[in-house]
Amino acid sequence: MSVAIKYRIGKSTVFQALVMVLSFACVVPLIFILIYILQAGITKINWHFLTNLPKPVGETGGGIANALVGTSIIIATASVIAIPFGILCGIYLSENKNSKLAYWSRLCIDILQGVPSIVIGIVAYFWLVKPLNGFSALSGSVALAIMMLPIVVRSTEETLLLLPDSLREAAYALGMPFHRVILKVIVPCGISGILSGVMLSVARITGETAPLLFTAFGNPYLTTDITKPMQSLPLLIFNYATSPYNDWHDLAWGASCILLIWVLLLNIFTKLITRKWKVQL
Amino acid sequence: METSVDKVLKPAPLKNGAGFNSQKTPETVSTNKRLKRSHRQIRAENIFRRTIMIVAVATVVLVTGIMVTLAYQSRLSIQSAGLGFLWGKVWDPVRDIFGVYPFLLGTLLTSFLALIISVPFSFAVALFLGEYFPKGWMPDLLKNTVELIAAVPSVIYGFWGLAVLVPIVRTFESAIGVDAIGQGIFSSSLILAIMIIPYAASLGRSMIQMVPSNLKEAAYSLGATRWEVIRMVILPYTKSGLFAGVMLSLGRALGETMAVTMVIGNTSLIPKNIFSPGNTMASVIANEFTEADHPVYLSALIELGLVLFVVTVVINMIGKRLIKGVTK
Amino acid sequence: MESTIVKSVNYNAYFGDNHVVKDVNIEIPRNTTIAVMGPSGCGKTTFLRGINRMHELIPGATAKGQILLNGEDVMEMHPIFVRLKIGMVFQRPNPFPNLSIYDNVIAGYKLNGIKLPKAEKDTIVEHSLTRVALWNEVKDSLTKKGSFLSGGQQQRLCIARAVAMEPEVLLFDEPTSALDPISTSTVEELFHELKKNYTLIIVTHNMQQAARVSDRTAFFYMGELVEFDDTKTMFTNPKDIRTQNYITGRFS
Ligand SMILES: Nc1ncnc2c1ncn2[C@@H]1O[C@H](COP(=O)(O)OP(=O)(O)OP(=O)(O)O)[C@@H](O)[C@H]1O
Ligand SMILES: [Mg+2]
Repeated sequence: MSVAIKYRIGKSTVFQALVMVLSFACVVPLIFILIYILQAGITKINWHFLTNLPKPVGETGGGIANALVGTSIIIATASVIAIPFGILCGIYLSENKNSKLAYWSRLCIDILQGVPSIVIGIVAYFWLVKPLNGFSALSGSVALAIMMLPIVVRSTEETLLLLPDSLREAAYALGMPFHRVILKVIVPCGISGILSGVMLSVARITGETAPLLFTAFGNPYLTTDITKPMQSLPLLIFNYATSPYNDWHDLAWGASCILLIWVLLLNIFTKLITRKWKVQL
Repeated sequence: METSVDKVLKPAPLKNGAGFNSQKTPETVSTNKRLKRSHRQIRAENIFRRTIMIVAVATVVLVTGIMVTLAYQSRLSIQSAGLGFLWGKVWDPVRDIFGVYPFLLGTLLTSFLALIISVPFSFAVALFLGEYFPKGWMPDLLKNTVELIAAVPSVIYGFWGLAVLVPIVRTFESAIGVDAIGQGIFSSSLILAIMIIPYAASLGRSMIQMVPSNLKEAAYSLGATRWEVIRMVILPYTKSGLFAGVMLSLGRALGETMAVTMVIGNTSLIPKNIFSPGNTMASVIANEFTEADHPVYLSALIELGLVLFVVTVVINMIGKRLIKGVTK
Repeated sequence: MESTIVKSVNYNAYFGDNHVVKDVNIEIPRNTTIAVMGPSGCGKTTFLRGINRMHELIPGATAKGQILLNGEDVMEMHPIFVRLKIGMVFQRPNPFPNLSIYDNVIAGYKLNGIKLPKAEKDTIVEHSLTRVALWNEVKDSLTKKGSFLSGGQQQRLCIARAVAMEPEVLLFDEPTSALDPISTSTVEELFHELKKNYTLIIVTHNMQQAARVSDRTAFFYMGELVEFDDTKTMFTNPKDIRTQNYITGRFS
């Protein structure tokens, strides 16, 4: 073999090795972070931690019950707003591919997808916090719902567009009205794609902090009133992690650990459900 | 008479069972039920059509509303400072001086530094999954793990950065002889770099997989090595797609708030070098929004939000346009 | 003696500016079987889909003229009623992939939200599947998904689904073109069975099939209805030169 060819092959091999090394290098920080958080957090988690309120500075112990309840309420409220809205919008976009309105709506959804979450927080502040004279869980939920929207809309639209026209035609030919064609045939056949979008959007907002800073605001006490300020896991982590107190740091590590497990489970669950509910066309 | 899809026709008055063969089949009973029901169905159908249309209109209203709100609420600041806002080197809320140049610089520095660090990794993952090993359990694992990077909440990155990365950077800084603060642009960039890897990687992967295999085979048949195929076929073919991925990563980096806020050091001074503490547009808003005690201050923060909004939207739209251009 | 069930008066169909069906006038008597023939792209499918107003579902598609069902203009009726009275079977079998075989048969009721007692549903399912000669093959696997059946079985399932709604007219768009010869002949036998109770309009490219199953044949050419006559007359003694050329295979 000539030297030139050897050189070319060598170059190719070196490049491949480089690609492999770099690819696996990406995983290293993630693993570090996961292990570190789990190690630092898992020891803090116990029944007491999950069911008690945080203690003031100086007292050890205390838990994050208010944040767990708060996060659940805020996310549930955001989902109730965003999921039906997003799915209906996705249906409109897939059923009226070429209409003017679809063009503009799609453009707006694209824009929305790129808006930084902190900006959504500002807007929610002016739409809900100021008019209602105070921070509230509801305003936080609205901000998070706006963040969920593009994911739900796009996954619904893309899933439905992939379904064959023959399915629609079969339904129409049986004299089914439009809404039943959509709700009884089209949506059930695309349910796995839609669900996975929904779950991903929930996973995405579960860890969102920035839009809650000036909406839900945080609350050291337990409340279930969505018109009042409410604590949430990410807010608690942010506030306690940036505080100078070690007890609070411990609380934040425990909370991080729970948030992380929650988000990871949601992601894994999404993968499983997508596979299980897939309708074989 | 002309009909089209857009036009919803009124139901004709129905004669009960009109025109039906009166065959005695088991279905006759249900036939009548069916027709009676249909009138209600038609009403429901129209309501449904209208509902989804209203929802689509609402998305347009929502986004317009966001823009209008940002513009309207920043009017005070726009009136008082005009374009000088962007070039003003001093941000001093106490004296009502609002120049955002330090934050623009902080944002650009952190984002581009993060981009420079993360792009080689993103592209490596894209090549690994798109070209070298498209199938198998190991690439699957890599793919899922890289996706997980995007799933971890940013506040957790921030906390980890604060607790683990900042001390390491501090040691590094004292080793090379700059102010050993730890918190600063450099730490933020490192955290951001990790966080944005998945965006360019997953888009790059799908772009690389779209390269027609006959093009690659043509090159192989001429005796090209794998590297040469990547250089001569894959890269030219996926150029704009890869660039779009970088744009999406950049959009994420510019708008990322929590992780940066926690490790950047939060000062309004102009950063001297990449190890200095600073602030980004997003982190200033996060830190000072609830403290803004007079209207012009608040308005200045919102104007900052408006600038951030415009920049990220433009970057994202460029990315999206590029993707559309490639996939069509 | 025999009454007209479907009649078209100056029916025109367009895709945007593309004039696809031109001034078609046809009268179809009740309980006859009509074969619709013609070269590819001549507008057979479009005309067929115009009859039950499926045509207008395509964006940009418009129609002019009248289609009368029992003397009533379908354009003035709500499409739902039209489609309840005129069933349709497509070129490719399209059972609902999310429904069982059982539910596929009564899909027209189930998905329209019509609650029927279990006994009545069972009767409809058995009756319809028996009519399409599928009952014996699937009676033990009614809970399986419809998409598990073979192509021919799926097509018969789709016919059963249309038959279950007890329409007056059944439209078939090349119902056997995606099937193997054995399934084809099963479906053809089915036509003979269905002829007794329904008006069938069948688009087909297969001249033998048209000859075997239809009473009358309509020949379309470039969007026009060129000739409509008894099938036998049409094949033995076509009046129009274009029909003649087509039948003798002078153009495809
Ligand atoms: N969805 C559509 N959009 C635009 N034009 C169409 C569409 N479907 C059909 N056409 C046009 O309408 C004309 C008639 O089509 P049609 O499907 O009715 O033909 P056909 O007689 O059924 O042909 P074939 O025997 O191939 O099924 C064709 O020239 C075709 O180009
Ligand atoms: Mg056709």
